[in-house]
Amino acid sequence: MTTFGWPEFMFLVRATGWTLLLTAIAFVLGGIAGGALAIMRLSSRAALRRIATVYILVIQSVPVLMVLFMSYYGLALAGFELPPLLAASISLGIYVSAYLAEIWRGSIEAVPFQQWEASASLALTRAQQYRYVILPQAIRISLPPTVGFLVQLVKNTSIVSVVGFVELSRAGQLVNNATFQPFAIFGVVAALYFVICFPLSRLSRHLEKVLHVSRGH
Amino acid sequence: MSAVVIEDVHKRFGTVEVLKGVSLAIEKGQVVAIIGRSGSGKSTLLRCVNGLEPFQSGRIEVVGHTVDQDPKRLRELRKDVGIVFQSYNLFPHLTVGQNIMLAPRIAKGMKDNDALALAKEVLAQVGLTEKFDVYPDNLSGGQQQRVAIARSLAMRPQVMLFDEVTSALDPELTGEVLLVMEKLAREGMTMLLVTHEMNFARSVADITVFMHQGKIWESGPSEALFSAPKTPELQAFVGSNLK
Amino acid sequence: MQFQFDPVFAEMDLIVDGIVLTVLLSAGAIVFGSILATVLAALRSLGGRGARLFVDCYVELLRNTPFLVQLFMIFFGLPMLGLRLSGTQAALLAMVLNLSAYSTEIIRAGVEATHKSQIEAGMSLALTRLQVFRYVVLQPAFAKVWPALSSQFVLMLLASSICSFISVQELSGAAAIIEQRTFRSFETYIIATLIYLVLALALKVFLLWLGRRLFPQVSGLERVDARAEAA
Repeated sequence: MTTFGWPEFMFLVRATGWTLLLTAIAFVLGGIAGGALAIMRLSSRAALRRIATVYILVIQSVPVLMVLFMSYYGLALAGFELPPLLAASISLGIYVSAYLAEIWRGSIEAVPFQQWEASASLALTRAQQYRYVILPQAIRISLPPTVGFLVQLVKNTSIVSVVGFVELSRAGQLVNNATFQPFAIFGVVAALYFVICFPLSRLSRHLEKVLHVSRGH
Repeated sequence: MSAVVIEDVHKRFGTVEVLKGVSLAIEKGQVVAIIGRSGSGKSTLLRCVNGLEPFQSGRIEVVGHTVDQDPKRLRELRKDVGIVFQSYNLFPHLTVGQNIMLAPRIAKGMKDNDALALAKEVLAQVGLTEKFDVYPDNLSGGQQQRVAIARSLAMRPQVMLFDEVTSALDPELTGEVLLVMEKLAREGMTMLLVTHEMNFARSVADITVFMHQGKIWESGPSEALFSAPKTPELQAFVGSNLK
Repeated sequence: MQFQFDPVFAEMDLIVDGIVLTVLLSAGAIVFGSILATVLAALRSLGGRGARLFVDCYVELLRNTPFLVQLFMIFFGLPMLGLRLSGTQAALLAMVLNLSAYSTEIIRAGVEATHKSQIEAGMSLALTRLQVFRYVVLQPAFAKVWPALSSQFVLMLLASSICSFISVQELSGAAAIIEQRTFRSFETYIIATLIYLVLALALKVFLLWLGRRLFPQVSGLERVDARAEAA
């Protein structure tokens, strides 16, 4: 049995790096897919809308753990033996895509309908409306919830050990199994997560305040 | 050939019929004011003219465009028909100048230099030349509404629609907006305005239309309509609106 | 590609026990978590600086760390302080605390949205601050935030799956055991996923119904009439 010393702490810190990397990759992958889903969700073609709606509803109604398992074993069945980082990234990316799609769709719908009317009355096409009037405003609206969701994502990386990836929480378990000092170890683990998540939470709240100030007609 | 022809228009919101067979013709250069209580259908009628509201039966034609819900035809219509809203609806992420230049550039394909000159011209028309690079947030309500008028004018419309454009303004700010509208009227713009400003309707509008319960209840030359209302409803309306 | 669901269905009693435990844990978390959250929201609204600071720290701590780590803390850490909880007990406690932190924020938003005039009216009727909170502020606040609260409850149901990490045999824990026994990974987890889907949707529908019964609200029809009015 070892003691919880400096090498163990550095092990946790390195694992934190993996957590951050996983978060970033999943966010990018999920963001791209989420954007596409949001467009589908708002499309005038009923088939596209339905597919996106069902996908989002299903992902949002099952635990992230299940999304992880389904995509991992699903990929395995399709013949893909992926390294843990990739498997975890893709699985989390699927989870991210559904939630970001909803957030971004909500942001577009939060742009006041008068902006649609005013731009339509100036003879803009739908695409022009989106590009010049609606999306610039929707992006600003989407910042606080998107940053808020980023916090959720960081926390949800804690369960990817089930697909074999060693991130911060798994590292904590490993160190605890070796040293049996759960309070100290998980305290440090919690602190490391806190140091990442708390500033992001504050940023999200700050963005919300800033946005509420500039309200257009 | 009238500039605006509205023929027996019926419109429902769900099960509630808001327009019950409205007919109206507006000649080029005429200024027509629509007055009436809330719920009389006046704003809905105005919004039908530029296609913001669909209608179930009847016909509307504006300067050669038939009004239906076909997107391409609506866009062409809206190049010739401008509208100014009660809540101005300026684009908050663009400066005044950018607000005005946007549609001429991307809907009409105007070159940047030409759009810039045009924007400065219409902004001068509404008396706000110095506000070109300011964001709408930093303007008063009256100034924002004048920018909204300039934005519509930049499309060089043949007909201008005004939907209660002073109702959301503080009393001391309505004057500057009404002044701009009066100037437009004198310069010969064909205007259809829904308004609560009775004095303005009386002195600036050629024709005033009084709407009640989804129908045109009375209409005629403004001065005569206000000084000698024929129907009891209009008499009551004018009486309660005497300033 | 052959799917064999029979070995999984053979373990049906494990699955059913798992569902029951998931539902019980979630229900317990929702009920006790909401009570705790209401108390904390009241504390924050009515208490002094110390109380406000305590509640804020509590909320920030629980919302900026993963539920899994909180679970580990309680299950592995508390025994060091002499309190040894079973897996299920630790799971319930962790879920109650976690849910209370999120719910406090939500309820607080509803409380702070109360119009000042309502509170003034209550005070003018000689009610104490606590009475005003309880009788004038709380019910409208709940009505306002019921959708947000409902979402949080469903999230908690889904989060119960994480309790499998400490070998609690709720649905995910049961699935893990079945997978070990039958080696039919895909079949096991697709069944578990479908069950969660049904549970989550059922809870959503139930909470919608409950909301309508507890807080009769404005229906969507009003919007049409409002537009007609503005004509």
